[in-house]
Amino acid sequence: MTQLVYLIPLFPLIGFLINGIFWRKMPKNLGGIIGSLTVLASFIVSLGIFFEVKSDTFQGPVVIQLFEFINSGRMVIPFAFQVDALSSLFLLIITGVGFLIHVYSTSYMHDDEGMVKYFAYLNLFVFSMLLLVLGSNYLVMFIGWEGVGLCSYLLIGFWYKNRDYTNAAKKAFVMNRIGDLGFLVGMLLILLNYGTLSYQEFFGHLGSAHIPVSNNLYNWIAICLFIGATGKSAQIPLFTWLPDAMAGPTPVSALIHAATMVTAGIYMIARSGALYSLAPMALNIVVIIGTATALLAASIAIKQYDIKKVLAYSTVSQLGFMFIALGVGAYTTAVFHVMTHAFFKALLFLGSGSVIHAMGGEQDIRKMGGLGKHMRTTQITFLIGCLAISGIPGFSGFFSKDEILAAAYAHNPVIYYCGLIGAMMTAFYMFRLYFLTFSGKFRGTEDQHHHLHESPAAMTIPLVVLAILAIVGGYIGLPAVISEHHALAAFLHPVVSNFDPRELEHGTEWMLMGVSVGAVVIMIILAFARTKTPNFSPNTGLAKVLEDKWYVDELYDAVIVRPMAGLSRLFDRFVERSGIDGFVNGIGKSVRWTSDRVRLVQSGQVGSYIFAMVLGMVLLFILGFFWLS
Amino acid sequence: MDLYEILFWFLTVMALGCALGVILSRNPISSVLFLIATFFAISGHYILMNAQFLAIVNIIVYAGAIMVLFLFVIMLMNLNADTEPQKNRLIQLAGVISGGILFLVVLGALRSTPVTNLERADVGIGLIKNLGKTLFTQFVLPFEISSVLFLSAMIGAIVIGRKE
Amino acid sequence: MPIQYYLFLSMALFCIGIMGTLMRRNAIIIFMCIELMLNAVNLLLVAFSKMYGDASAQVFVFFIMVVAAAEVSVGLAVIVMMYRKVHSVDINILNRLKH
Repeated sequence: MTQLVYLIPLFPLIGFLINGIFWRKMPKNLGGIIGSLTVLASFIVSLGIFFEVKSDTFQGPVVIQLFEFINSGRMVIPFAFQVDALSSLFLLIITGVGFLIHVYSTSYMHDDEGMVKYFAYLNLFVFSMLLLVLGSNYLVMFIGWEGVGLCSYLLIGFWYKNRDYTNAAKKAFVMNRIGDLGFLVGMLLILLNYGTLSYQEFFGHLGSAHIPVSNNLYNWIAICLFIGATGKSAQIPLFTWLPDAMAGPTPVSALIHAATMVTAGIYMIARSGALYSLAPMALNIVVIIGTATALLAASIAIKQYDIKKVLAYSTVSQLGFMFIALGVGAYTTAVFHVMTHAFFKALLFLGSGSVIHAMGGEQDIRKMGGLGKHMRTTQITFLIGCLAISGIPGFSGFFSKDEILAAAYAHNPVIYYCGLIGAMMTAFYMFRLYFLTFSGKFRGTEDQHHHLHESPAAMTIPLVVLAILAIVGGYIGLPAVISEHHALAAFLHPVVSNFDPRELEHGTEWMLMGVSVGAVVIMIILAFARTKTPNFSPNTGLAKVLEDKWYVDELYDAVIVRPMAGLSRLFDRFVERSGIDGFVNGIGKSVRWTSDRVRLVQSGQVGSYIFAMVLGMVLLFILGFFWLS
Repeated sequence: MDLYEILFWFLTVMALGCALGVILSRNPISSVLFLIATFFAISGHYILMNAQFLAIVNIIVYAGAIMVLFLFVIMLMNLNADTEPQKNRLIQLAGVISGGILFLVVLGALRSTPVTNLERADVGIGLIKNLGKTLFTQFVLPFEISSVLFLSAMIGAIVIGRKE
Repeated sequence: MPIQYYLFLSMALFCIGIMGTLMRRNAIIIFMCIELMLNAVNLLLVAFSKMYGDASAQVFVFFIMVVAAAEVSVGLAVIVMMYRKVHSVDINILNRLKH
């Protein structure tokens, strides 16, 4: 079965080609069906591979080389796929969640002109993402990495007629590029020092004494790769693109900007775990950045009024939690949270999409309220998502978040307290969102009120499936106090491990759980109390700062964008116009001036031409016979 | 000094003298006649070097066909009088000097080459049989191509020369 | 006979041809000078053929003759046309190449 792994990215590629080539002519429904079926086919193959990897007979990672990609001197980079526990798990998440979102999209995008084009992009995205997780070396990962960046750009700017949306797309692309540069530099450092980009060879060299390297090199490579991860996974300082990316269609936000693409950075660092465990400084940076992002994003989410913006900042915050897990060395936990997050965040986004659909495009929660009466399925599934993300016991988010907090506590209690505050804020803003949207009185217009309806089955079925996953997804990683057997950790053990040996005492763990659950419940009650009588008067003080996102965009604008623009103008005037243009035009002018004079040699008299020719011959003879010999 | 050498020097002087006559005579008709004489002298050299067939071809094609063509043109245009009334001495001097310099340069360059005597014995390479064999085996493709060249030259001459 | 004699003879003929080309302005004379130069080369080729006992050089002489004949036919046609247009064969009148 593992030999068939190339089929997994192949199906979405075929779907992309069919949809991409015929998008003008093809009927809308056909495009949706092709797009969904190709991902479904990939999902089935992924399932087969997953169970083969899971079986006891599976021996280590399998590398399948498709062809030689680069062969230049000492640098030989094959185009190869690597099948192991980590990649097979990600395959399942991508194709599984991806398929549900494809199905959801067939209904959500039904009235859109460019539906087939949309599915072409979506398939291309799935293809790139699969390439990213399947690659057996950093270069193949980088191809996928760039591919998902491109698709993200295309899909954020999908409604390209709106100028703000295209600007958001550009912002996402530029931010990603900044991160990509870090990734690229990290890759080149690896290539320079180890002569390979393949995971197995690289990690094999890491421990060996053959290649003398300092700890600094590990740190630098790890930091460069992490810069790449901050771009793709929206961490400080490159996180501002993700909330703006909500300009794209809602299923895109669910698929790309919540469930899969943004977790690419997590995947990369988990994959490079062997490197990071040798780079303590880089790990510290990861923890600090992760913690800061988790808190900053969560605090912003408290005061947002756009349903998708709240979810976007929540995603940034959750990604921060995953980076905390990575930074304290709990790679398995990070992957666990990636998985549960993929379920409940996709669920929340799709639920919000359903709400937006019902509201006729309205995204402002100040104009919603009381929607639960009209759309019961959406309400319940959304509630499940909120419970999961808040970490209520029994739902998937509880297990993964609790594991992160426990690992953080074992590492350093300060991180744990920060994480706890982040989790409390998460519970607050999620339930604020839930109560404002689904309970209370409807605050929109009469038209919207009449229009309210439950979404069609193609949208609700994925919601239900995701809701089930959001509940049961956590049971593959039960905490140590409940069960000694951690299924996910056992599965991932050959590839990534929780290298942090400090096990917590069971009593401490119970206490941590109790504290976090208690705090979360208090926050939910607080959220209920605060939203009972909604008050949307203009914010002042700290609330205003939070609503305006800590002025990070403005800060970047003032510190980076404007000086750059000023510098560009300066260069434009003095270097471009008078320097380079002057030089180029000067060459033209001087040629013109000279040729005006040299032209006179061309008298048109045949005799003088012959004369010049003979003189030239004489010179050549002299040169050839007397000088060169 | 045997007959061979006498003939060589005679033909050499004749060739050079007649060549000078070509460029110095004022009347184009006499230029043509001098050129024909030069060709005869060169043909004589060919015979001295046992290239008999080439000598005959040279006389027939060059002295016969080509030069007659020149004569025809000159006579048709009635150019037998001196057609260069305004002469520029400076240009003429420059021409002579540059031609002379070229000659001297090549002379100087080839002065030091080792002396090789040409065999007098006849090895028969200049005979028709031998030449034909070479031409139609080794050089058959250039031969065919030259026929195409001739055809195009013929058509070209007709196209250029016709009255519009 | 040393090969040098033929070398110098053919060089002398060639340079006379060049001098003629440079001195004269009558297009037909210039043409004849070019024929003279071609013949100087032919002479040298035959001398080398004799020296190396190889018939290929003589075949090359044939080809040179072929080219010369073709060239003459076209060239004379051009001169005839030129005479028809400007009633002169003075090459200095033909300074239109400048434009």
